[in-house]
Amino acid sequence: MSDKTMTADEVVSRLRSGMTLGIGGWGSRRKPMALVRALLRSDVTDLTIVSYGGPDVGMLAAAGRIRKLVAPFVTLDSIPLEPHYRAAREAGAFALMEIDEAMFMWGLRAAAHRLPFLPVRAGIGSDVMRVNPGLRTVTSPYEDRETFVAMPALALDAALVHLNRADRLGNGQYLGPDPYFDDLFCEAADAAYVSCERIVDTAELTKEAPPQSLLVQRHTVTGVVEAPGGAHFTSCAPDYGRDEAGQREYASTPWPEFAARYLGGGLYDRDPE
Amino acid sequence: MTATRSEYCVIACAEAWRDAGEILASPMGLIPSIGARLARLTFSPDLLLTDGEALLVRPDGTPEGWLPYRRHLALVTGGRRHVMMGASQIDRYGNQNISCIGDWARPKRQLLGVRGAPVNTLNNPTSYWVPRHSRRVFVEKVDLVCGVGYDHAAGARFHRIPRVVSDLGVFDFDTPDRSMRLASLHPGVTVEQVREATGFEPAVPDEVPYTREPTARELELIREVLDPSCARAREVAS
Repeated sequence: MSDKTMTADEVVSRLRSGMTLGIGGWGSRRKPMALVRALLRSDVTDLTIVSYGGPDVGMLAAAGRIRKLVAPFVTLDSIPLEPHYRAAREAGAFALMEIDEAMFMWGLRAAAHRLPFLPVRAGIGSDVMRVNPGLRTVTSPYEDRETFVAMPALALDAALVHLNRADRLGNGQYLGPDPYFDDLFCEAADAAYVSCERIVDTAELTKEAPPQSLLVQRHTVTGVVEAPGGAHFTSCAPDYGRDEAGQREYASTPWPEFAARYLGGGLYDRDPE
Repeated sequence: MTATRSEYCVIACAEAWRDAGEILASPMGLIPSIGARLARLTFSPDLLLTDGEALLVRPDGTPEGWLPYRRHLALVTGGRRHVMMGASQIDRYGNQNISCIGDWARPKRQLLGVRGAPVNTLNNPTSYWVPRHSRRVFVEKVDLVCGVGYDHAAGARFHRIPRVVSDLGVFDFDTPDRSMRLASLHPGVTVEQVREATGFEPAVPDEVPYTREPTARELELIREVLDPSCARAREVAS
């Protein structure tokens, strides 16, 4: 059985410019921020980012690393509009595939199931169709003949997710109330990297938590990173809530200043420089 | 007891969920949230409510079910839900925009994004809440159609916009061409005020009723149980 533990910088050393990268979590919740910060310390750029967007998108946008974004929203939750994302969009900094939250989920599912698309009752009638001229529709072959959006698979070169616990083999566990879509991100990717609050022995995983908390399975995982505080400043229930003061500081600080202050191995980064 | 404007708004939002049965009430915004819980505690006791995260809860917060985002999105497509969304812009046919202002390719103001508006409007009843009725929100044409209006829905099977509630009144689409109609005015508001604050000409019936009065019990629930700190007055001033 292979030990998949590595450092955040080792994860990033496996990423290449131009890749399509899925990032787990949702808004400002359980985002793999330690991995994103490591990515920001590298020179990997020109990325297609696939995300239920939060500060992960804001930071990568501010740093000019995004060529194209696939997202239904970008928000910091308690701060509804993500200021760095907003500035980048208003400057026309990158291409955007703006799709609905459900379309996004079905796109990940299609990729996980190795399907070219899945039919979705969403998008038709809205400007999602106008701003994504590549989207196609499909008509039911059965009696109803209803027309749906054929949501294309959101296949990923790599996925980055953050969980509460994992073992060294890549079995990942969430302990909060919402799994978000982290398992789907891993299944939709050629390579998935899981950071976690704590690496534990496999037997430890189910000592105090039910087996259905084992969200991510090792056959979908390439690397495991122990990163305590690795979602900071986003929330990682039940280990910690969102650091609202930290988030406010991020939202109100010009990006170059924030990057200089925190990217050089900030407060919650344990990776060696 | 005289009701305040924000309390009429709570009542107008709560009424959206009357006779809804055993479905999920998904309010976005403070006053719709108070309205949904008020409906649940009074005339719509079968409603399901969430804690805003991943749990279905009773009004007192006791969990009764699990509804993480993936199940919430699946529930939407099953239709057993009535959502009340916000709107940065809304037009006469109920097209709603929360994504951006100006040209989408390079927006003047980037907002949230389309979020779940496209899937909501094609799958379950979708109402809207606008805390500050103005010509900036009630526009002739939205900059980006996120929530689908009647003129774009092409008779989609499950498309329905039951109501739009603002701080001035309640609107529906009960007209031959499915354009927006003034359904009731909150007491103290005039038709002229509505016309002045609306960027298109809404249908106005000859007799416009007022939004109904809250009962004494409802006022007590709003003031003492659901919103004792009176946060509602910060969303809609009296």
